[in-house]
Amino acid sequence: MTADTSSRTSPLTAWADRLADLAPALTAVERPFLTQLTVRVSDPEAVVAMGEALGVAFPAAPCTFTRGGGPFGDVEVLWLGPDEFLVVARSELDLRVPVEDALRAALGPARGAVVDTSAQRTTVALSGPHVRDVLAHGCAVDLHPSAAPTGTCVQTLLARAGVIIQVVDAEADMFTVLVRSSFAEYLAAWLSDACVEYRAALS
Amino acid sequence: MSATFRLPTGGLIDRDTALRFTFNGRSMTGHPGDTLASALLANGVHAIGTSVRYGRPRGIVAAGSEDPTSLVQIERPFPEPMLTATTVELHDGLVAYGLPGQGRLADEPDPARYDAKHVHCDVLVVGAGPAGLVAALTAARGGGRVVVVDEQDRAGGALLGTREYLGERLSQEWVADIVAELRGTPGVLVLDRTTAFGVYQDGFVLALQRRTDHLGFDAPADAARQRVWRIRARQTVLATGAHERPVVFADNDRPGIMLAGSARTFLHRYGVLPGTRAVVFTTNDSAYRAAIDLARAGLDVATVVDARPAAPSVLAARCSARGIEVRAGHVVTGTEGDARVTGVRIAPLPGADGTPETVDCDTLLVSGGWNPVVHLFSQARGMLRYDSGLGAFVPGEELPTVRVAGSATGALDLTSCLRQGRAAGLAAALAAGFAPVDEDELPVSGERTDEQPGTVMWRVPGEPRKGAPDTRFVDFQRDATVSDVLRATDAGLRSLEHVKRYTTIGTAHDQGKTSGMITAGLVAEELGVELSEQRPTTFRPPYTPVSFAALAGRDRGELHDPVRVTAQHPWHVARGALFEDVGQWKRPWYFPLPGEDMDTAVLRECRAAREGVALMDASTLGKIDLQGRDVGSFLDMLYTNKMSSLKVGRIRYGVMCGVDGMVIDDGTVIRLAEDRFLVTTTTGNAATVLDWMEEWLQTEWPHLDVYATSVTEHWATFPLVGPRARDVLAGIAPDLDVSNGAFGFMEWRDTVLDVGAGVPARVCRISFSGELAYEINVTAWHGLAVWEALMAAGERYGITPYGTETMHVLRAEKGYPIVGQETDATVTPQDLGMSWAVSKKKADFIGKRSFARAENTRPDRKQLVGLLPVDPQVRLPEGAQVVGTDRLPDPPVPMLGHVTSSYRSAALERTFALAVVRSGRERLGETLYVPVGDDLVPVTVTESVLYDKEGARRDG
Repeated sequence: MTADTSSRTSPLTAWADRLADLAPALTAVERPFLTQLTVRVSDPEAVVAMGEALGVAFPAAPCTFTRGGGPFGDVEVLWLGPDEFLVVARSELDLRVPVEDALRAALGPARGAVVDTSAQRTTVALSGPHVRDVLAHGCAVDLHPSAAPTGTCVQTLLARAGVIIQVVDAEADMFTVLVRSSFAEYLAAWLSDACVEYRAALS
Repeated sequence: MSATFRLPTGGLIDRDTALRFTFNGRSMTGHPGDTLASALLANGVHAIGTSVRYGRPRGIVAAGSEDPTSLVQIERPFPEPMLTATTVELHDGLVAYGLPGQGRLADEPDPARYDAKHVHCDVLVVGAGPAGLVAALTAARGGGRVVVVDEQDRAGGALLGTREYLGERLSQEWVADIVAELRGTPGVLVLDRTTAFGVYQDGFVLALQRRTDHLGFDAPADAARQRVWRIRARQTVLATGAHERPVVFADNDRPGIMLAGSARTFLHRYGVLPGTRAVVFTTNDSAYRAAIDLARAGLDVATVVDARPAAPSVLAARCSARGIEVRAGHVVTGTEGDARVTGVRIAPLPGADGTPETVDCDTLLVSGGWNPVVHLFSQARGMLRYDSGLGAFVPGEELPTVRVAGSATGALDLTSCLRQGRAAGLAAALAAGFAPVDEDELPVSGERTDEQPGTVMWRVPGEPRKGAPDTRFVDFQRDATVSDVLRATDAGLRSLEHVKRYTTIGTAHDQGKTSGMITAGLVAEELGVELSEQRPTTFRPPYTPVSFAALAGRDRGELHDPVRVTAQHPWHVARGALFEDVGQWKRPWYFPLPGEDMDTAVLRECRAAREGVALMDASTLGKIDLQGRDVGSFLDMLYTNKMSSLKVGRIRYGVMCGVDGMVIDDGTVIRLAEDRFLVTTTTGNAATVLDWMEEWLQTEWPHLDVYATSVTEHWATFPLVGPRARDVLAGIAPDLDVSNGAFGFMEWRDTVLDVGAGVPARVCRISFSGELAYEINVTAWHGLAVWEALMAAGERYGITPYGTETMHVLRAEKGYPIVGQETDATVTPQDLGMSWAVSKKKADFIGKRSFARAENTRPDRKQLVGLLPVDPQVRLPEGAQVVGTDRLPDPPVPMLGHVTSSYRSAALERTFALAVVRSGRERLGETLYVPVGDDLVPVTVTESVLYDKEGARRDG
């Protein structure tokens, strides 16, 4: 069954206005309630089958993500480790149950795991001319377009919070940050503080 | 007062703008482009402060960060101690004092922002002098990402302190062209006022940028004042230059005694003369050029004293043409004066013609040669080699990713420096994978190379008068003299590292930039060993002092450490909860009603849980989803009891031990399916337990089909506790048969809660209080709504939110231990009275082997017991010791154990405590004593379970 969507709250609900105020130095918008499933699989046939079930091939290269469309709409598959992936359905519908069912069916008898971790993290879309500057204040990973082209996906620390950073469009300076729900407010506070100087420069 | 030592023209200063500042209470003016030191010298001020041990007046020795003496305290704009006047850029309104060796920290919070920024590059160039600029340009033209950092407020390096021509043009114009090209090249970042202070492994370099210090009161509050750049470079070129080395002689520390090259810098960069009449003392050619430049600018240079047997003929002739006498084979043997040098004693070296003489002057310029700045190269683990011609350590090897260029290699002339810069930039670019384009021809320096080599002289021969204090200072800031060095070698110290520690030479703010090499030379001389066989002291970061504020950056205040909160946190805040920090989490501690103190609130919350119904937010508990065919056997190894026999739909409590058999965590294990379990951990150990599982899965048992995934934050978890819990649950879970027969203790059910359009939930019948209790799990998305729905559904039963304190009291009344409170990594399950949770049948599990150790089976191990104070109103302090006698014997007092938990109990209508006590279970009924202040509080030892021993309340 599909859970009620009217009674949900997201970790950054209370931060929506403050994040919006960061523009134009930084455009930061929470994209809450995405269907997210942690997948552990290494069997090559199961990996292919899972990709086919979603309509997007699983990423073969470390530290990348793939994107595609299928029965569940826009789906991204993030490489998190040699046998670990995060499937993110971008739909506004709660697709946790059907996506989990589809992935389990595709896994079949192979070794692996499928876990609903949708509420474990929230996602924040970041963009704007200063997005790399802001991230560089707290992230040791090289996000220069030559080192982190579109499709890059890294697990790292942003300030003192563990995050996953996706380079959505390197040329258009668009990123997605996935953060553990309990760290989301810390990260929002950190982002707003990191923007102070860039906002002042623009005003 | 007018600036009497400022020349009418020259210098890289803005003469149209006057900056007012105050030093030692005196108002003066300077100009933009000045340092505090140059402005003071322009005003004729040489005496800065006094020395730390002997209180001797001290002045300005050098023009840059190598200066050992000009320590000042900044008072305004904001108090800051221990800066050198030579590195403080002048701004309007600056107020400073000279220091007697030590300053004071501000007693108010620093309002400035500090931050950090990461940057990655193909080639990092440290130093924007001639070599660095050529290296950077060469690398940049190849298309790589280049970062250039330079300590000064403008590029140029040593060229700032001279007036040289490169080809047909003044060197400053050449510098400006290169900087403009670098700044205009995409991918190139030029950072001035930025000191690379640490070089670490894998091309990691830290640099401190002083971004707004020079703006003084006009510094914008929203801009970071200082920034720590965290640079990761594939290739690094160190073009860090050289520091002039003094020569040690008696009374060499008086204000007015300055390094010759620094005086030249004050002249060319700031348009300042160091005095009116000078003596120059040198061991090499470079000081002649300083003497000539200064004489040309109007300084009366009385004489050049050259320690070499013969003077360089061309330079000597140029001196004579300006009326400067040159005395070869002579040395300075001492000085006169007090707050300023007034005379210099000169004497011939043995074998030279001449007679001792005292020359009146107010300035003495000294050059003992040049020390390449090899600090960063040494930090990069580069080996150093002693160059006997230079009297200095130079880079002794090539490193794969770190190159050195310019005078940092020991090169003494500009043309060589430029060539080395080109070669280093080219090599670095190629190594980073770029092919630089064809280069223009390098300009040729107009300055002549040295005529004759310098001589190496650490100190002028001669001894202090018998009984008189030694005034031959080696380290000015530490007030350490030649005698101090000799005392160290006399004491048998041979290693420079030991001499450094014995004398403290090189440990002050300047890290021995002017004293380290001399100390090495003195020690070698005294021990009769070759410096080439001596190991120099290790150079360590930071190259120059870095404030803690800069290192802390923005990790201050609310950003000091992440604060983790649950989805229900806003409700708790609105309800007036006080919070307890558990790891990084904020957990509600208790929910006081208006006017309630903690004791009253906790007693009320406890009563509600035992008599009505109460609700807690336990979402912070660690939760790990385990899938795979081997999860059951994996958990059998991880927990002391058997988990594989658990039936789907049921729950078991488990204890986890380390390999030493000591308790590391506990929690519940839920079997969701044949091949799927969910385990909970304590809040603080969630990550540790997941790591523990991964460690075993990845290193010892990779054959197991087990996948562990953290779902801690996916789930919101609410214990609903108390005799009316079933009623509340029934009201919100209409599809669930909540009767004891249908939903028994230690079972779980999935259901849909009547919240909104229906919220799926997993309900577990577990209890950490002994009461009828359900743990309701929903996604964190629905956490707040379900929490509010539970509060509403329980309203007619007086549902009461409770926090961690009440949770602690309730479980303690039942004798349930808390890992980390009753345990401290020395406590076994048996010590806790939980032998029942340790399998006797399993062939193996982590910790099992250790349970057979003699130490683990000793009868006098500390065991968990209850303590009831004889006076039921006395609450023991947690952590208090437990002793066996009503009177303390003489120390050492035999300690029997300590109080681990202590509370006031509503249910027991008295205070009680848990404690670990030697042979505790054999002492039930005994009276023991707990020292509290000056009293010994008598307590009765009881079983750890104090409430509802028969477990009658569990089913409601």
